[in-house]
Amino acid sequence: MKLVFNYLVFPGFLFSAVVGLFSGWFDRKLTARIQWRKGPPWYQNFLDILKLFSKEVIIPTQAKFTFFISPFVGLCAVVIVSTMLGRVLLDPSESFIGDLIVLVYLLVIPAIALILGASSSGNPLAAVGASREMKLILGYELPFILSILTLIIKTGAIKLEAILNHQMVYGSHIASFSGVIAFLVTLLCIQAKLGAVPFDISEAEQEIMAGTLIEYSGPLLALFKLTRAILLYIMPLFLTILFIGKDISFKFLFLKYIGLITLIILLKNTNPRLKIEQAIKFFWGPVSFLACVSVILALRGW
Amino acid sequence: MNLKIKALTKSIWVFHAACSPCNNCDIEILDLLTPRYDVERFGIILAGSVRHADALLVTGVPNYKTAERIKKLYAQAPKPCLVVVIGSCACGRNMFRESYNSPCNLDQIIPVDVYISGCPPKPEAMIAGIVKLIKKVSSR
Repeated sequence: MKLVFNYLVFPGFLFSAVVGLFSGWFDRKLTARIQWRKGPPWYQNFLDILKLFSKEVIIPTQAKFTFFISPFVGLCAVVIVSTMLGRVLLDPSESFIGDLIVLVYLLVIPAIALILGASSSGNPLAAVGASREMKLILGYELPFILSILTLIIKTGAIKLEAILNHQMVYGSHIASFSGVIAFLVTLLCIQAKLGAVPFDISEAEQEIMAGTLIEYSGPLLALFKLTRAILLYIMPLFLTILFIGKDISFKFLFLKYIGLITLIILLKNTNPRLKIEQAIKFFWGPVSFLACVSVILALRGW
Repeated sequence: MNLKIKALTKSIWVFHAACSPCNNCDIEILDLLTPRYDVERFGIILAGSVRHADALLVTGVPNYKTAERIKKLYAQAPKPCLVVVIGSCACGRNMFRESYNSPCNLDQIIPVDVYISGCPPKPEAMIAGIVKLIKKVSSR
């Protein structure tokens, strides 16, 4: 019973969806202010989701079963992540050995769901979007895992509790040389995982017309939007736990969350979209190099 | 029910369906979407795919080729879908009424919800038209 409550209501689905939709609004409002506009009212994203749920679902004739199932897969994965992170923050002793690896795996699933859904829709533009998303995953997963490896070396355990405890005793990971490099690398990877602007190649609206999401309409599209919203909530939270988790009282957590999300939005608004080959070169070149440097520094104990 | 209508009228995602226009109306539509008029404060966004659209912004005189396309496009949009006709051409074919290549008016092809005339209409006129559309939908 408690498990169901955790999964569906408090740190899980309902809570994270509400926070995620609010952060989505924050994103739109801040973007609007940067572009010297007024921006939408605070309830805009809730109305969008509500509207999408009241619309018709169109399923293309060539679509396979996975077209229907993949939005649910993506949403379930991010809800599990948000539940795990929320429980660990509330009570660190609930984390288990290897939960970091589980999280890394679960965080790939939304992107895989997007690829599955897009490639089963039978639309050529969706296929282009899916192939770009696939290449992007290949690009960002390597530096992402390397920078998490840095933390594992620094703390000596594959466990969120150990990471939090280590930071409580020795100070935040971002305060060390290897930590700050790994933080920058993870920030860039998160930008790509969120599909935010320099890396929104897979759904480039001006060239491939929403790419991976092109055939989705109504409630199924709403599920993808919810997945995106929850990702916008869990990614900064994950980053906070990994790198700046010295003080996780509610006030500091909130401030850190707002700070990180602002950073992400600013990155998003000051960069133009890359081409897919530029993105892969960027991730496999300088970013992976930095990640390797941070691993070496961590091995040297810096 | 009331909330549903509110959600429908406060978050209109528009799809720009150019039906052989001369481009002036399209330029004005782009003006409407730029920071100066900022229609995102009413929840209006330009959608990339017609599957995401709540309203089609149709410009231009339908000719034999685009008449079929616009019909298909309307069928591809998820219902409820509104149709906003922008410019004198799309409203009533303007000076192309007798033209050899225009078979019929746009409203004979797809059901139209609001007409915004002008050659091209100003962005303010379009906003006024959208307001009329919202009033019409919420009174229905």
